[in-house]
This record gives sequence, C-alpha cells and structure tokens, in this order.
Amino acid sequence: MRTRGTTPKSLVGPVLVVLALALLASLTFYASAYTVIFVTSILMYVVLAVSWAMFSGPTGYISLAPAAFFGVGIYTAAVLGLKLPLALVILLAGVGSFCLALLIGALTLRLRGIYFVIFTVGLVELIKNLVLWYEVTFTGTRGRFVIPVDNNTVYYVMLTILVLLLLTAYLIRRSRFGLALQSIGEDEQAAAHVGVNVNPLKTTVFAVSAVFMGAAGAIMATRWSYVDPYIAFNPLFSFMAVLMAIFGGLGRFYGPILGAVIIAYLEETLITRFPYHYMLIFGLVLVATIVYLPGGLVALAPKLRSWTARLRRAHPGG
Amino acid sequence: MLVTILEVVIAGLLLGGLYALIAMGLSLQYGVARVLNVSHGEFIMLGGMITWTLTTQFGLNPLVALAVCGPLTFVLGYILHGTIFRRLASTAESVGIFEGNSMLASFGIMFIIQNLALVIWGPEIRGYSYLAHPVNLGGALFGANRLLTLSFALVIGLVFYFYLAHTRMGKAIRAAAQDRGAAALMGININYVLAICFALGAAMAGIAGMLISMSYPVNAVMGFEYTTIAIIVVVLGGLGSIPGSFIGGFLLGLVGSVVTYFQPGLALAAYYAIFILLLLVRPTGIMGK
Amino acid sequence: MHILEGNAVTKHFGGLAAVSDVDFAVDQGEVVGLIGPNGAGKTTLFNLISGALAPESGTIRFQGDRISGLKPHVICRRGLARTFQSVKVFPHLPAHANVQLAALFGRTDRMSVAEANRETVELLEFVGLAGVGAVPAKDLKLPLQKRLEVARALGTKPQMLLLDELMAGLNPTEVAEAMDLVYRIRDRGVTLFLIEHVMKAIMGVCDRIIVLHHGQKIAEGTPQEIATSRTVVEVYLGE
Repeated sequence: MRTRGTTPKSLVGPVLVVLALALLASLTFYASAYTVIFVTSILMYVVLAVSWAMFSGPTGYISLAPAAFFGVGIYTAAVLGLKLPLALVILLAGVGSFCLALLIGALTLRLRGIYFVIFTVGLVELIKNLVLWYEVTFTGTRGRFVIPVDNNTVYYVMLTILVLLLLTAYLIRRSRFGLALQSIGEDEQAAAHVGVNVNPLKTTVFAVSAVFMGAAGAIMATRWSYVDPYIAFNPLFSFMAVLMAIFGGLGRFYGPILGAVIIAYLEETLITRFPYHYMLIFGLVLVATIVYLPGGLVALAPKLRSWTARLRRAHPGG
Repeated sequence: MLVTILEVVIAGLLLGGLYALIAMGLSLQYGVARVLNVSHGEFIMLGGMITWTLTTQFGLNPLVALAVCGPLTFVLGYILHGTIFRRLASTAESVGIFEGNSMLASFGIMFIIQNLALVIWGPEIRGYSYLAHPVNLGGALFGANRLLTLSFALVIGLVFYFYLAHTRMGKAIRAAAQDRGAAALMGININYVLAICFALGAAMAGIAGMLISMSYPVNAVMGFEYTTIAIIVVVLGGLGSIPGSFIGGFLLGLVGSVVTYFQPGLALAAYYAIFILLLLVRPTGIMGK
Repeated sequence: MHILEGNAVTKHFGGLAAVSDVDFAVDQGEVVGLIGPNGAGKTTLFNLISGALAPESGTIRFQGDRISGLKPHVICRRGLARTFQSVKVFPHLPAHANVQLAALFGRTDRMSVAEANRETVELLEFVGLAGVGAVPAKDLKLPLQKRLEVARALGTKPQMLLLDELMAGLNPTEVAEAMDLVYRIRDRGVTLFLIEHVMKAIMGVCDRIIVLHHGQKIAEGTPQEIATSRTVVEVYLGE
C-alpha cells in the first residue's frame, strides 16, 4: 500500500502551490459566501486527511482517532468559546488534543501495533460517553451553544491551520525524522537496531498530528452554533479522514490533499441528490480502493505513464 | 442489601452472556482469520433490526427470527470474507499489512451496512415486547427475555465448544488458529476454514442482535458501541483466545453491572479503564500467549 | 578488558531454555565465530546482545559497560551493530536511504544530511553496491540485500559487528565474495562476531570459535581445536 516516490525536480509543483495559495488567500474577495463556506469545508477535510496521513501513512499504524481529536476541539470551543478569545480557544484545543494523543501514544505505541489500533477504534465512543456523563451529572446540560463567528474569519483560520499543517507535514516528511518514520513502517525492529528511538518518535509525531485535528474542530464548531456529544464525537470524521487519505494515496505528499478535495467535492454534490445513499457510496469507494487500488490515485500516475508509454511503443507512427 | 447484590450480580451475568457471545464471534474473526472486524457491531444491528421487522411487521416469534438472522448473517459474512478479505490476504505483503488493510476495509463495510440500514429502517429507535414478564430470582426481578438471552449465550458457547473440540471443522479451525501454515500443509483448505470462521463470527453477532432486540430497543446506529465493547473483551480475554473472550465477556458484564449501579453512563469508561490497566500490566490478557 | 563479554546469560521461552548459562568473551580486533546445530540458541544469543531481547539472568557488557536490558537503539549508538538472519532491509526504501538512515541515527556524533550522504556513498562502494543506490531494497537479489544490510550496519560506525548467517543462501562464488567482505571489515578495525553454518568460511576467517548446543556452550577454541574436538563432531553428526 505504501509506495516510495522520488524527489520531484521540476518547478511545476512549487509554482502550482504558490498559485493555489494565492487563490485561496484572496478567495473572500471574489467568491460568494456559499463558495467560502464550501471551500472551508474542503479545507477542513484536507486538514483531517493530511494530519492523519502524517503519522499513519509512513508508520502503518492505523489510527481511527481523528474523530476523537476533532471532537475534543469542537467541545473545547463549545465549553470555552464564550469565555475566551477565539485564538486562545483554538490554541487550547490543539494543546488538549496534543496531550491526549501523547497519553495514548505513551500507553499503546510501546506495544504491538494492534493495541494502538484497537485503542483508537473505541476512543471516540469513550470520550463521547465520558463527556455525556459529565454533562448529565454535573453541568446538567445536554448540548451547548457555540458563539458564532463570521464565515470569513472561520475561513481564514482554517486556511491558516492548513498552511501550518502542510508546512509541518512537509518538513517532517523531508527530514531525517520522516525517513525514520518510513523505516518504522518498513521494519520497526531493524529501525531500532540502527539507532532510531522508535517509541518517542512515534508518540511525538502522533501527538503533533492531533494538534491540527483539534484546532480544526475548534474553529468548525463555531459554524454549528449547537453541539452535543453526539454531534461532536462522530466516527464519521475518522472515516472521512481515512477514506480521503487512502483514496488519494499515501505514496506522495499531495495524495491525501487530492483525495480530500475530490471526496469533499463529491460529498457536496451527492448530499443533495442522494442524502441517504451517499455514505454508502463512500463506504464502497473505501473498500474498492483498499482492494483494487491500495496505492490510491497517486499510484495511478506511474501506471498511466507506463500504460501510455506502452501504447506509444506499440504505435510508433501515431 | 443482599437482594441488591443479587440483582447486580445476575444483571452482570445477563449482560456478560451477551458480551461473551459477541466477543467470541469477534475473537473467531480476529484470532483465526486475523481480521479486526470493526463492522462486527453492524451484524449485531442487522440481527436486531431483522428480528424487529419479522416480529412487528410479520408477526413472527422472535425465536423463529433466529432461523433467519443466523443463516443470513452467516452467509453475508461468508461472502464478505470470500470476496474482500481473501483477496486482501493474497495481495498483502505481510501479516501486519493484511491486518491493517482488512481493518480499514471492515471500517468501510461498517459504513456501508450502517447506511443500508438507515435507508431501509430509518434512524428511529425500534422496539418490541417479548417475554417481558418478570421472573423472581431470590427477590431480584428480571425479565424472562433477559434470562432467555443468557441461556442462549451459554448454550451457544457450549455448543461451540463442542464444535471446536469434536468436529472435523472445529479441529481444522483450532489448527488454523495455532499455525496457519502448518494447517495448510496438513491438507486443510485454509481459505474455506477462514471464511467459515468469519461467517461463524458474523452469525454469532447476528444471533446476539436478535437476543438484544428481545430485551432492549434497537436502531440502525447501535452497532458501533457493541463493536467497541467486543474489542475490549477480546483484548481482556487475550488476543486470539476464544475461551478467553468467553470468560472476559462475563467479567466485563459484571463490571458493567456494578458500575452502572453506582454511576449509570460510566460503564464504557469503566471498560476502557480496565483496557488501560491491561495495557499497562498484562497486554496479553487473561488467556493470551 | 574484553570488548564484549557475557556472564551466565540465560533466556527461556516458555519452558524451554533457549540460552542457558552461557559465558562468552570477545576481544578487540578479533573475529569470533558462533556455531552450533539449528536451534542451538545462536540467534537468540545475538538477540540478547543487541537488545532485541532481555536476558532473564546474567549480564552482558560492552566496552566495560553493562548493556543487558538496554534498548536496541541505545546499544547501537554505543557502537554495537548487527545484521539479521532473515535480512531485514527496508524493502521499499532505496538502498541509499537504508544506509543513510543508519548514518543519521546510529552514531553518537550527529551528522548533517550531506555528511550522511557522503558516508552512505562510501559505504555502498565499500560493500560493492556502488551503482544501485536508487534501487528499492526489495528489488535487489539476496546477496546484494545481505551486503546492503552490512553497509547499513556499518553506517552506524560500530566498533563491533554481529553478523548473523551472512553466507546463508549464497552460492560458492558469493560465499567467497562475502568472506572477502568480512576480511575487509576486519581490516577497518571492526571486531566481528559471526554466526555461520558454512564451515569453510568460519574455519578460514575466525580467530576463535564458540560452539552452542541446546542453549549451552559446549566448546570453545581455535578453528583447529574445534575441528578436531570429539564433542563438536558428535553434536553435528550425532543429531
């Protein structure tokens, strides 16, 4: 499922990135309010997909925790949003998610990978139950109202989170630690034997990935005005993160981004026409991708190239 | 006071029987077929919803629904394994990668089944009444339906134990669980055995769902919480140990009952606390290797 | 002071004693062989030394300091590296990255990426893999993969190297090439501890040989002494 790409040498990539950023940065000046909201959602999904891929991609440790961290962020905003300034709330949401991930990592990442996976599977249910119990027992509230923030602010905050995430993910990936993460995914014991201190590295990167999920949750909460534990802690967000990253492909850096943009766009169009069936389609997409195209869309690129090369060789004149 | 303790203990056993049944199914799927089936709870849900439909829409006795739920979920599990998981096993480079991919695939299946259920039955909570009359056990009152559930769980556990110990397929399953390679070399059709294991696990879930529907309300999104509980029981019992998950189910049921008595709503948190304790002290579980 | 020594090292798996009360010592600059029938506990002993497993009782010292019970990455950074019987290269990473990782993480002195690159190129050339740096390790044939593993281990700048069945699966030409590599590693000043089944190789290159059987040390001596030892011959032929 993991493929290794070589370093891109052309300038096409960086130019596209700069162009995209310029377009995104100026979006609110030329796009409709609906578009801004729509793009905010897409950015949110990109954050979830890329941060999930940042850890689970190279190491192969499958995490189903994004929903938990995202929910922690949402609930942080719900609880603190009325009392503290927005920036601080988002920061605290990130820090909270970081600490939670650190705990989980310290507890499970020193054991066989399956324990980590199992722990993250039920995590979102656990936190939902805990929060629900706390709300029912102590605060007496079932849901909370979140102070609304205007759409443009939400958009720019999400964009900032995304840019910071992309920078972080890219720098890690290209650094010695990115190589170390890949080696952990390839053969953890061998990696340890060449000097990689595997447990702290895994835990740290996992925790860093959680920061962005939490921050994204905090800012998205302001769009929903009312949240309760069932809305905040929904396994759906883990599903979307995983689906987008795998559909796009984990072999290249832009894979999860591509997957997130496509799936998010699909969701927007499908949700109006097939409101009760679109999740079914996504489930099928995930299964089909894992079974038939485990490398995701990015794995198609070399296949396409070799396929067209074969065509050209077969028909040299054409 | 004594009645209260009896109430809590029996409630724990009743819950435990259910947990044991659910966990045994998942243990078969993970322990033998190495599939961490995150969609396990959806089979439970299917069992419950199908029973509800047969009972309320067709007026059938829930126990008759057993004859529908069991085979249906069995076949569904068999097909899923044969198409998806078998293919993943043949293309995976290592066991670790297979486990990861199959878990993710089951995650996809979870959403497919859940969504199908939402389309068919909608999100409303459904229920029906069956054998709800109370039975007096030493002063503690319990619905007859819940006692029936426990009996079923015990019977199925026993039958399954004999199945594993004394039938050809059962021995093949135990062989495959111990050493798949060696089992294949012994002439066992390993793909068939794994598919049967997965299907049996799914059938246990379906039957558990039917039993749950007798005593509790059911709805299309009830599955995931049961999946979570099943996974914790499997870890508690020891990954790969089917008798372990049977015992673990009862243990966790008792814990759940005790915790619910003092603080309803904290049961799952208590299960996770035990899970965390296990990870710290004895990750291999009660009967794990 | 021996560069590596073990005292009464013991490890059980279930009820079985994989390694039982084994004493051993290796001096700086030596090439010591570890032989014994299959299941004798040779790889388990290597696992205990490298930190993959912790001994139940007994101690292992490297350069005077106790290493038994330490994590593998710590032992690696102290200067003790190893290869594996089952050739654990990083399959999807290019050969270059396999070695580069070791250079970046396995040493006590921190290298920059550029320095690690230079070191990697030098090491790949040393083991005879100069042209295949960009090839994913899984696409290399077995003899090349083994050499890659050696290069990777050397990337951590070890004072001592444990080689686990370097010659396994090699044809006679490849065995000769591997032996040559062993000599060249020794000439770089790296102390060697080898597990081998290929007797010709072991007898030729080792200064001393230790023999294990059922987890216990049954003989130790020069190749000449071992070759003529009745105990050893019986163990190998009597099985």
